Amino acid sequence: MTFEADFPPGPELTRAFLIAAARFPGKTALVCGDERVSYAELLPRVAGLARALQDSGLQRGDRVLLMLDNGIEFAVAMHALLLLGAVIVPVSPLTKTDKLRYLLIDTDAVALVAHATLAPAWQAALPRAPALRSVWVVGQADTDDARCRAWPGAAAAALPDLAIDGRELAAIIYTSGTTGQPKGVMLSHDNMRAAWRSVQAYLHLREDDVIGLALPMTFSYGLYHVIMGLGLGATIVIERSVAFPVKLLQRFAAERVTVFPGVPTLFASLLGQDLAAYDLGALRIATNAAAALPIAHLQRLRQAWPQMRFFAMYGLTECKRASYLAPEDIDARPASVGRGMPFQRHWLVDEDGRDVTVGGVGQLVVAGPHVMQGYWRRPGESAEKLRPAPDGTPALYTGDIFRSDADGYLYFVSRSDDIIKSRGEKVSPVEVEHAICGLPGVIDAAVVGVPDELLGEAVQAYVRIATGVQLTERDVIRHCLATLESFMAPKRVVFVEELPVTDSGKVQRSGLRNLHPPTNS
Amino acid sequence: MENIKTQVRKYIEDNFLLGAGTRMPGDDDSFIEHHVLDSTGFLELVAHLEGTYAIKIADQEMVPENLETLNRVAAFVARKRGA
Repeated sequence: MTFEADFPPGPELTRAFLIAAARFPGKTALVCGDERVSYAELLPRVAGLARALQDSGLQRGDRVLLMLDNGIEFAVAMHALLLLGAVIVPVSPLTKTDKLRYLLIDTDAVALVAHATLAPAWQAALPRAPALRSVWVVGQADTDDARCRAWPGAAAAALPDLAIDGRELAAIIYTSGTTGQPKGVMLSHDNMRAAWRSVQAYLHLREDDVIGLALPMTFSYGLYHVIMGLGLGATIVIERSVAFPVKLLQRFAAERVTVFPGVPTLFASLLGQDLAAYDLGALRIATNAAAALPIAHLQRLRQAWPQMRFFAMYGLTECKRASYLAPEDIDARPASVGRGMPFQRHWLVDEDGRDVTVGGVGQLVVAGPHVMQGYWRRPGESAEKLRPAPDGTPALYTGDIFRSDADGYLYFVSRSDDIIKSRGEKVSPVEVEHAICGLPGVIDAAVVGVPDELLGEAVQAYVRIATGVQLTERDVIRHCLATLESFMAPKRVVFVEELPVTDSGKVQRSGLRNLHPPTNS
Repeated sequence: MENIKTQVRKYIEDNFLLGAGTRMPGDDDSFIEHHVLDSTGFLELVAHLEGTYAIKIADQEMVPENLETLNRVAAFVARKRGA
């Protein structure tokens, strides 16, 4: 237990990785496609990129966007940047030009790390990003922008040793906001180490684990598995895509994967296969987060993998995670997201901010060393979300409404805002509405989430078009796929004559759900 | 097979690609790496192929070898129709 209480070591987030790499040089750190990289091979790659970044003038505290598909380069870039004291900003590879430009400007990023295959999205964002000095391209990009650099090779150079203070920022992770503009969650090295320590205290990942990682590394849940896995000296088997579940199952069986973090849509796609045909007998832990896993799906996973211990988890980017349901509690409380994580305090408050007694319903508030520093350059919204706890430390008002039972187990009730949770990702209705309104012929649009067995919630759009304009559902969806991350595109589009409005003239989303009840297809 | 390829290209362009900066990658380029299709997109493509070419695609056949690039899709459909 002493090991875990002191783990991970600090003050900087990368300390554990350096110790693991020194302990297990010959061990496989990462597997991706046909490539296998040992810890001893990984270090010079990190050193090579770190030196090139340093030579380019990168300073401590500089923000750098990581727009990468899952792969070895993500782990290399993340460690190189953190060792240099830079602030990583993971960006989904699904991001389109307009949002990327917003992120470049909002962060004043000095560098972008990106795959060449994503050039159609990032290339057009470069001209209007004056602070950007370099673009580090994985693969061959056809570009004449002088800022683009080829990916540097491994180097036998020493790693940077900057004596980083744990209070320095390590990452800014953007999350959808109700206003339509994403907000950057600021996390210090201390914040991220604290979240990791809490997770480790209940998940007990081990150095002999093989983590099957199909979650995007640019997604907080996937990102932490890169940090945790390499920090422990474990092996991470990277899947680049979840589009081919047969491949994923074959790979996980062949690599004897022991830990499988998933989300409901990923588990659902695996459940479409004959799981008995793949030997996942080595799997000891599976976890679910981002949205609730249907109980029937969990039962089928447990039948297929009876030796597996399953953890249901709840969290938000602002504190990484807030609660988990231990495997031994699942049968008694299958609908619960469990109790709070170790080393945190949490409670429920009513609309007037008063504590709710045990057994009541209220907004979840979380306090502890894992709670974010605030939203990047948004003091107003930070102050709204982070308010002083009774002891004066900042407490995070999650915006999520829970019920607690007599033993303190939490049950999700609803969100207190309009954010849609589809495929486990947060979707801002305003962002989708803005995109749809950019389509010629559209007068107005309103977007809501409707229950969907596969997606959790599906994005449904109500669109009012000008007289004489011909638009089909697919036209709207295709336009959204071209301008938004694909998970934000509506699954269904309903054309309407009128949108219900409130007295103040705002579109009333709740009115829409009543007006046009969704049909199941 | 060229005919199938042209038709599938048009289906993908019409349903998944639009707007500045979005273009169809080469016939041997990965739909995944170029983010032309995600997992939902592949399911839609498979449903489309089944409907258009009167073929049945088994779960076991939903693998990159058959579906990851335009050339592979065209060859796969041609094979299935010939079978």
